[in-house]
Amino acid sequence: MTQKTNSGYQGKVLDIIKNAGCKVGDIILVEKEDRIYEGTLIPRSEYSDNTHIVIKLKNGYNLGIRITLETKIKKIGQGIKPSFTVPPLPKQNPNLPKVVILSTGGTIASRVDYRTGAVRSALSASDLYGVVPELSDIAQVQTEIVFGIYSENITQTHWSELAKRIDEHINQGVDGVVVAHGTDTMAYTAAALSFSLQNLPVPVIIVGAQRSSDRPSSDAAMNLLGAVQIAGKAPFAEVAIAMHQNLSDNIIAINRGVKVRKCHTSRRDTFKPVNTSPLARIVNGKTTMLTKNYSKRDPTKKTVLKPNFSKKVVLVKFYPGFNPKIINYHIENGVKGIIIEGTGLGHVSKYCFETIKTAIENKIVVGLASQCIWGRVNMNVYDTGRDLLKMGVIPLEDMFPETALVKLMWVLGQTNQIEEAKKMLKTNISGEFSQRTLPVEIYKQGDFKDDN
Amino acid sequence: MITDYSKLGLKIGLEIHQQLNTKAKLFCECKPLYFKEEPELTFLRRLRPTQSELGQIDPAAYFEFQKGLMLRYETNTTSTCLVEMDEEPPHSLNKEAVEISLTAAIMMNAKPVDEIHIMRKTVIDGSNTTGFQRTCVIAMNGWIKNGDKIVQIQHASLEEDAARKTGKEKNGKIINYRLDRLGIPLIEVATAPVIYSPKEAQEVALILGQILRDTGKAMRGLGTIRQDLNISLTNGALIEIKGVQELDLISVVLEYEIKRQINLIKISEELKKQNLKTNSLTKNFVEVTDIFTKTNCKLIKKSLQKKQKVFAVKLEGFAGYLKRELMPNFRLGSELADRARYWGRVGGIFHTDEMPAYDITTEDINVLKDKVKASNHDAIVFVADSPENAKDALDAVVDRAKEAIIGVPEETRKATLNGLSSYMRPRPGAARMYPETDIPPLLITKNFLNKIKANLPEPAEKKIIRLIKENNINKKLATQILNSDYCTLFEFIVKNNKVNPTTVAVFLTETIKALKRDAIKVEKVSDKQITHIFKGLSEKKLTKEAIEDIFIWFSKNDSDNLIEALTSLELKMYSNKEIINIIDEVIAKNIKNKEELGKKSFRMLMGIIMSKVRGKADPSLISKIIRERINE
Repeated sequence: MTQKTNSGYQGKVLDIIKNAGCKVGDIILVEKEDRIYEGTLIPRSEYSDNTHIVIKLKNGYNLGIRITLETKIKKIGQGIKPSFTVPPLPKQNPNLPKVVILSTGGTIASRVDYRTGAVRSALSASDLYGVVPELSDIAQVQTEIVFGIYSENITQTHWSELAKRIDEHINQGVDGVVVAHGTDTMAYTAAALSFSLQNLPVPVIIVGAQRSSDRPSSDAAMNLLGAVQIAGKAPFAEVAIAMHQNLSDNIIAINRGVKVRKCHTSRRDTFKPVNTSPLARIVNGKTTMLTKNYSKRDPTKKTVLKPNFSKKVVLVKFYPGFNPKIINYHIENGVKGIIIEGTGLGHVSKYCFETIKTAIENKIVVGLASQCIWGRVNMNVYDTGRDLLKMGVIPLEDMFPETALVKLMWVLGQTNQIEEAKKMLKTNISGEFSQRTLPVEIYKQGDFKDDN
Repeated sequence: MITDYSKLGLKIGLEIHQQLNTKAKLFCECKPLYFKEEPELTFLRRLRPTQSELGQIDPAAYFEFQKGLMLRYETNTTSTCLVEMDEEPPHSLNKEAVEISLTAAIMMNAKPVDEIHIMRKTVIDGSNTTGFQRTCVIAMNGWIKNGDKIVQIQHASLEEDAARKTGKEKNGKIINYRLDRLGIPLIEVATAPVIYSPKEAQEVALILGQILRDTGKAMRGLGTIRQDLNISLTNGALIEIKGVQELDLISVVLEYEIKRQINLIKISEELKKQNLKTNSLTKNFVEVTDIFTKTNCKLIKKSLQKKQKVFAVKLEGFAGYLKRELMPNFRLGSELADRARYWGRVGGIFHTDEMPAYDITTEDINVLKDKVKASNHDAIVFVADSPENAKDALDAVVDRAKEAIIGVPEETRKATLNGLSSYMRPRPGAARMYPETDIPPLLITKNFLNKIKANLPEPAEKKIIRLIKENNINKKLATQILNSDYCTLFEFIVKNNKVNPTTVAVFLTETIKALKRDAIKVEKVSDKQITHIFKGLSEKKLTKEAIEDIFIWFSKNDSDNLIEALTSLELKMYSNKEIINIIDEVIAKNIKNKEELGKKSFRMLMGIIMSKVRGKADPSLISKIIRERINE
């Protein structure tokens, strides 16, 4: 790596730093007009302007100094290199369940280097134990880094890779799998794993954090502890997400992978079950199943791995004034499946009918889910719905659009036969359809019962 | 009183925190207001010390974390949003607060930084939902003049105020904090440790406070300005005393602290002479519950009813030392008790230096001495609480006793309202800071600075001349109003109302000071309420005599409504018609015939009528009407 990308400094400022014989981490003296600053030269964000340097004062504060022709920089000392010794792996208790933690990127656990301000992720098992020592009381943990990418960069290829790695670990006899994942696309991955890992003998629990793990208030450690506990001991064997249920640090909600959605940009309790209730809950360390309707943990079962996903599936949202040419564009691009996010009970305007017909004639599977998120589509109530049904649009019941999209990607990864694909799309594979719509809470604002 | 501080090697540095009266909080659009009502929503959190801090973090906080300490945060919708709840990233830095703090910094001759970087300062006692306080340096290396002496200002920073503690639950396992104060902008000004006497410290604080008030944006009232004092003596220790809320207390707090350190040094010398070493004190905690099964001591009785236990520890060679006074009514035993309360969550301790007392008999003490094998040279400390709390408390007691042998322990103390101080927590290590990555750095442009420099508030020496000239008040009164919290308000009132400036100034300085001495909560009366009073005066809705009563009424009532105050105090002014009726009635009752109604009777009539209508009618109007009647 070049100095530029290392330090964030570029152009003239970088030249001035170099000419003074300084580098990031050195203690420097800056003289400028009537001012003198002393501190450690620290890296600058690459998105910041090109005229300032940043130093850390002895008292810990950072500040930016504008570099002018009159500014003098002098190196006056060597910075202390941050040193960190990884604590030794604590003694593993052989009576505890074995859980593997797979990381996909981001940081479920990290520590801060106050001398440089850098946040470093803790990824190895011993690192994790160091940051969250309570882990050694609930499981024998092993870790693996599968990828190191932000969750918005995850694609179908990553889902396949992840499903294969999970299958291998399960075959090696772990009692549960935890996947650490960024929250933005976590629910898509949860759905993808739900379809690609069938007949699971043990749980696969996805976990993340809404507050970064460097801060003392992070939800990461509690979510991770909950996920590991569920993976190691819970009586069910399904793909689920384990995250905060409310604003307090006392309840973890476990939600089924095909029925959970990120519903808030920043709150800890962002993941809400859609058209269902949570599968289980951990209150003050105690797990309670909230339904009898789940697939049981059974180590004798053998996972059925179906890791392929089609890349030729799109999600199209209908809105007032929607231009049907968007659908034409997809047809011309050779897509094999389209999920239409319709309005209300499952509608799009009549002026879209022609293009939708063309899509279906071109052997494209067209499914319809509702942009309402909550509730079930019913295309028999109004004419528009009936017309769409007649064309061959598949109503997707109470499956919300994102799960519908992932399911169609997976379906078209399994078969090229259009009739077979339609049949699979309508079949309940991992609990994505429920037959009954129960009056579950949509989103309980201020749900903060905290003294259970 | 000690006069020669230089022999002691006394050095004092001041850190002043002033809340700013901005329209919104520092990192969100919530109003900087407290609420008194029940919270609309509460939630529970834990703060986990991050790893690299182990060994450096506030040890008590880490200790509490391990024991499962939880924090309950109280919120309502007017004062808090998701930002304070740590459920949403902070919004950008409040420009108004930056402007105010730069104004103050420039007035202190400090040099603004080119680019402000917001930092996260780790604080895990729960007072910040995030586990850190956001803070940034805005200017450095300034100076102010105190007489002929130049006092250096190290830096001026802008930071968010913390949540305020409102209570405890479950035997201290849950601490309650209210989020209304969290995020209120605070300017922090730190002087170099170049102050050499308590009196000088008070003078410097006065000057700094004056500059902050000159911005016109300093909040007023108890708790809106907090002074932290850093004090060190050559043979003593560096002690940080936090939260001195009254300027007048600064010198008192410092005097007491110097006294405390001198006394601790003396005690340490005596203990050493006795050849006591820190390892002569052992942490051998003995359960002595059975000695007290029939005790009359109410405190112990109450504990035992709750199935708690009594534990004791011997402090070898400490007999007589625990009752040694360090400050008025504050003994070495008090220091031990402070530690026990902090680390052991107990209500307090008992020790043999104060016995017999609390209905604990000499016989009980003799049995106790036998049981812990103590001689007459030893002191015994005992605690009644849950075994866990009692042992933690005694552990802290022994640690503090060991420090007494060594000398003065470095620590952070909290100022109390009477000028004393009590243990708050160990002194933190170096500040643990890292960048706030959610907010980009803020560039201080030349234009922005020029704008601020062009609009600097009037310096005090010019202002005083103007106050005298414009309002025709004397220099003493002008100085008083300038040094008070009310200067901006004074100018606003006299500019916008037809009132006598002297009346306003005297009320805002001398009267308010007197009311404060009489325990009236003067800080509760808002600028708005005070303005209403003088507006009422100028509109003749009330008389000068009524001002004080109305002010007191406002200090006890939340209403902003002057009419409500007047009605409630039965001070509503009589209408002209009512006054005429009253006067005629009095004349009819007291004057037999027209001849008696002469100039001689004026004084008598005036006296009777005024006693009836004082505060509710303008005396000049009454005298005018009486004269009319006489002349009729």
